[in-house]
Amino acid sequence: MTAFLSESCDLLIVGAGPAGMAAAAAAAPSGANIVIVDDNPSPGGQIWRSGPDAPRPVQAQQLCGAMTRHANVRILGGVRVAAAPAVGHLLLESAERGWLIRYAKLILCTGARELLLPFPGWTLPGVTGAGGLQALIKSGMPVAGERIVIAGSGPLLFAAASSATKAGARVVRIAEQASLAALAGFATQLVRWPAKAAQALALYRPSYRWASHVVSATGDGKVESVRLQRGQSSFEDIECDRVAVGFGLRPNTELGQLVGCRTAQVHGAQALAVDGRQRTSLPGIYAAGECTGVGGSERALVQGSMAGCDAVGLTIAAEAMRPDLVRWDAFAAQLHRSFALPDHLRSLSRPDTLVCRCEDVPHGALASRNGWTDAKLHTRCGMGACQGRICGAATQFLFGWSPPEPRPPLFPVRVSTLAVPMPSSSPTDRPHGH
Amino acid sequence: MNASTDLLTLTIDGRQARVRPGLSVAAALRVAGDGTARTSVTGMARAPLCGMGICQECRVDIDGRRLLACQTVCSDGMRVSTGAAR
Repeated sequence: MTAFLSESCDLLIVGAGPAGMAAAAAAAPSGANIVIVDDNPSPGGQIWRSGPDAPRPVQAQQLCGAMTRHANVRILGGVRVAAAPAVGHLLLESAERGWLIRYAKLILCTGARELLLPFPGWTLPGVTGAGGLQALIKSGMPVAGERIVIAGSGPLLFAAASSATKAGARVVRIAEQASLAALAGFATQLVRWPAKAAQALALYRPSYRWASHVVSATGDGKVESVRLQRGQSSFEDIECDRVAVGFGLRPNTELGQLVGCRTAQVHGAQALAVDGRQRTSLPGIYAAGECTGVGGSERALVQGSMAGCDAVGLTIAAEAMRPDLVRWDAFAAQLHRSFALPDHLRSLSRPDTLVCRCEDVPHGALASRNGWTDAKLHTRCGMGACQGRICGAATQFLFGWSPPEPRPPLFPVRVSTLAVPMPSSSPTDRPHGH
Repeated sequence: MNASTDLLTLTIDGRQARVRPGLSVAAALRVAGDGTARTSVTGMARAPLCGMGICQECRVDIDGRRLLACQTVCSDGMRVSTGAAR
């Protein structure tokens, strides 16, 4: 293959989950030259992740078909965005090479990640996120015969339990931190979204406990047991092979921030700010799906379609989807009300619990610091490979620190990628095509 | 799919491992061993945490490149080293 160092497109979509796929499918009939990139090997995002034992759901297949039957749509899997070196340009990296892509319009569909909070034993092999466990199982990680405890908060716990059970594991406990009152409130509201109510009923299982949270995981070199706390003073020790803990989702805003998009607080978390047509604060740049606020795949699909339509000038079609979006925004708001994290979870980590897993910085070394920068300078917290993505969200919850501002490169890249020739400062300069 | 001829052969830390096509390298680490990917700065074994390319706990050396095991699909002849990637 001839190596090329730059290319261009009319519409660049970053993220091939529900929002990105819907955006591509909506924009494709216009004939625009569309490129969609995703850091995972194949499209689907987290919710529609497919693998050797996890076929893509029908809805995802249909959308994938709607996107790929157009010759003007190119899907680039296994490609990360490293930097935004100039207006209208992103620096990309695959396993093989780095190159520059120039776009006229951009739709950010960068999704969300799990909020992973430090607790004693969370660095032991066998401890994963809840969505993390589901993703690993879908990618073929064997769990048959294993005893698994799932803890944290939100509907993702059920989804993880479902994947684990299908793969032959025994889910011995699901521990949800939310109170019975909060869950009952959520259940009574679900009648407004019948499809969601049906999903919830189908996923319910007797091992479910509310007002219950993880205290610690222990084991010699790997997880062997977990301690859970229920209510004020009731403890439960469970022998297990895996512990999957996730405290809900947080928007991936790094790329949007790097490009210069304004952010807003949405349901208590930083998200990319968008207007009623999914436009960010920057001209020609849209955002759709979980990066604009966590709200589930239905909302992401509507937002993606709206952004895709608007980006190719189909503004009336985009406007027509507003009522659908309002409906799913209301669902998102209900979700966040019901599964809000209480302050007492701040005491999950102990002084010797590692908060920064990259640099092995314990809670005790951070508690006396007065913010992210102070902690970084004195302890190396956040200076490792994840660039503060895990510990930044954790310290925000634990200490109320503002998370770090993203800087290029957005992830550890190869030197050869940084050596890709940058565009000249004149915006009229066109990089040569492939 | 089940015929052994359909399996891929990888080398993980110098030992041959045979896995089904489509598996991630993170999954292969567990098929072939204890699933750990790296050693932390204070010497602790670490395994994949987030499963979706964020936490970097699963970074390994694959054919001389530092890559995330959870976002890399196994291919025949791949050489994987754990504990090596910084």
